[in-house]
Amino acid sequence: MTSAEELRRRTRELLAAHPPASTDRLDFLRARFDAGLAWVHYPEGLGGLDAPRSQQAVVDAELEAAGAPDNDSRRNGIGLGMAAPTILKYGTEEQKQRFLRPLWIGEEVWCQLFSEPGAGSDLAALGTRAVREGDEWVVNGQKVWTSGAHNSRWAILIARTDPDVPKHRGITYFVCDMTDPGVEVRPLRQVTGEAEFNEVFLTDVRIPDARRLGEVGDGWRVAQTTLNNERVAIGGMRLPREGGMIGLVSKTWRERPELRTHDLHQRLLKLWVEAEVARLTSERLRQQLVVGQPGPEGAGMKLAFARLNQEISGLDVELLGEEGLLYDDWTMRRPELVDFTGREAGYRYLRSKGNSIEGGTTEVLLNIVAERVLGLPAEPRTDKDVAWKDLAR
Amino acid sequence: MTDLLYSEEEEALRAAVRDLLADHCDAPGVIARTESDTPHHREAWKALADGMGLAGLLVPEDKGGQGATHREAAVVLEELGRAVAPVAYLTSAVVATEALLACDADDLLADLASGRRIGALAVALNVAPGTAYKVVRHEDGPLRGELTGIADAAVADVLLVPADDGGLYAVDATAATVTPQVSLDLTRPLATVTLDGAPARLLGDAEPAVRRALTAGAGLLASEQFGLADWALTETVRYLKERKQFNRPVGGFQALKHRLAQLWLEVVNLRAAARNAADALATGEDVEVAVTVAQAFAGPVAVHAAEEALQLHGGIGMTWEHPAHLYLKRAKADSIAYGTAGAHREALAGLVDLQAP
Ligand SMILES: Cc1cc2nc3c(=O)[nH]c(=O)nc-3n(C[C@H](O)[C@H](O)[C@H](O)COP(=O)(O)OP(=O)(O)OC[C@H]3O[C@@H](n4cnc5c(N)ncnc54)[C@H](O)[C@@H]3O)c2cc1C
Repeated sequence: MTSAEELRRRTRELLAAHPPASTDRLDFLRARFDAGLAWVHYPEGLGGLDAPRSQQAVVDAELEAAGAPDNDSRRNGIGLGMAAPTILKYGTEEQKQRFLRPLWIGEEVWCQLFSEPGAGSDLAALGTRAVREGDEWVVNGQKVWTSGAHNSRWAILIARTDPDVPKHRGITYFVCDMTDPGVEVRPLRQVTGEAEFNEVFLTDVRIPDARRLGEVGDGWRVAQTTLNNERVAIGGMRLPREGGMIGLVSKTWRERPELRTHDLHQRLLKLWVEAEVARLTSERLRQQLVVGQPGPEGAGMKLAFARLNQEISGLDVELLGEEGLLYDDWTMRRPELVDFTGREAGYRYLRSKGNSIEGGTTEVLLNIVAERVLGLPAEPRTDKDVAWKDLAR
Repeated sequence: MTDLLYSEEEEALRAAVRDLLADHCDAPGVIARTESDTPHHREAWKALADGMGLAGLLVPEDKGGQGATHREAAVVLEELGRAVAPVAYLTSAVVATEALLACDADDLLADLASGRRIGALAVALNVAPGTAYKVVRHEDGPLRGELTGIADAAVADVLLVPADDGGLYAVDATAATVTPQVSLDLTRPLATVTLDGAPARLLGDAEPAVRRALTAGAGLLASEQFGLADWALTETVRYLKERKQFNRPVGGFQALKHRLAQLWLEVVNLRAAARNAADALATGEDVEVAVTVAQAFAGPVAVHAAEEALQLHGGIGMTWEHPAHLYLKRAKADSIAYGTAGAHREALAGLVDLQAP
């Protein structure tokens, strides 16, 4: 029942019943969700039709051609890319019904309360405590580098519920209401001048047990779903030639012959080739996903794009010469969305530095590739069988 | 849209070629052969060409070939690269064959397709598509002149020679003096071709034929380079899981893990670039950019992979007995073959409108 033809028919029905030109944006998105055309691979009743993931392209093409509004995934990247698949996999029926619709539509934005001052790469070392009191958990601790916490309605949160067992086993996964008493969000200004991320202080925050995702003590496994989805989201996108950062610098090169030098020419061509090859690799990964053979390339694509964005944006600043010495705006703002390419060269250069830190550092991802893809031995570990409370800190 | 995956038939072809090479073409054998008078592996060639009909992949069926495409030929080259097989596949079944396809030389084409005869385009191996190459003098019939750096000329039965009148000529190898040169790459040796009034048959215009031949050669070379690099990575990872120092497998040290993970990323990227070039050659779409991108990327990656393999094997990697050196020599020679990465980058500047200052 979910052949491409059937999906096309349903999409046209949706468009006929809710003409984009005369329908309110949110109303259209709600109708699209209810028609199962939001993410077709999700179950019926939850915005999908249990169709193969690859069929989404059929729907998207129809909607785009008709000029229908979309849910602007940049505004809720963590919600769509990470919270949703985790809720789908581990949530109760009630949780799925409550959270997925407003999440997809974008009415409710999500953030991720994972990292802590003392637990970044070694995330499982986290110390935020959740103590059970009847039907509630009382949470105390500090999270940091929380992107978008200032416009988020909900957060995925991991906290320690049992300090007496080794660190990976004593963690539980929750959904935290960012409007609850005891949640305090403070902007953290970053190298670009703006405050895209925050510190989040949790003081006696009370989370009902009904907002736990997965079993008590099983939070690390649940978090793996979130983290794996983070990397797939970054690797599986479709780009045209010159689609990313390289297109911007190529445009400047073409329009401003007075800026050209021989040294920059060689570097530009080398990066152009590398960007094109990375694009082809992610296209190949996408093709593998479509035929149901996901490759390990996903882990690699984040590494490749982080390096390329950094090198290309660095070249861009140099190419601009005198203008490269200037910056567009240092005003401290709390932006609503992260736009890697929207501003000028100096901003792009500085923001790209985060690409090799956010979502797992380059060093940590290289370890993952070496161990999980190439099968090389892990480093000897001293922390695996020790109770969390006995670890040196 | 470009198809960057392998079809089931292509995977079956790969498995068959790999089996054949495992039987005929192991590393100790290849090393021994490089020091004999017959570096070219006649038996492996016969098995590939006669046994499997692979020399005729690019030749239409009505001209005596298999009527397959560059995608299949690329898969064969991946496996030949993985084995650094000393056979004239790239030079005869791809480059010389493409030159003949551009002319109307059906008899020769059928000979090459069957593998009964081996052909070599008499253009130096380092020449990039679309750039200048040396020609011989055409003196009212016979040809005169000397050409150097001709890959696999020593085993060729027929030489395809460009002359100063703009024609491409077929010269029987017995009518030429072919002198082997001492080559960096022991498995794809070069030779000097001297023509001293050699009788020759006009095939057609040299310029389009040579351009087409070198474009296909450059594009499919990337698949050979991918196979080579993939071998280097796989073999190095395997060795480092076993090799112990400091009471641990050496592959467990992070400094090496990161180098290998980086290399893996380069190799994964190379496969996409090579697949894209093969697919473009097969469909005829976006050929120039796809081939140029592949060649601007492939050479440095294959050399890096072979260099890492040698270094990370330690002392054993430096020995003649271990095959790492065969791969390094092939990779380095490949990085010059059909144009260097730099030459391809410069060509790309024109193709995608990123002009030099
Ligand atoms: C722009 C941005 C947005 C972010 N958004 C969020 C968010 O929304 N929610 C959230 O929870 N977190 C977020 N983070 C945090 C991010 O996930 C962490 O910064 C990251 O995981 C690294 O942790 P750390 O900063 O503690 O560095 P550390 O773990 O202290 O690392 C310091 C250095 O040591 C290296 N290192 C650490 N361990 C190893 C090892 N085993 N081998 C080799 N090298 C190692 C690291 O690579 C790094 O170079 C964000 C970060 C950035 C930059």
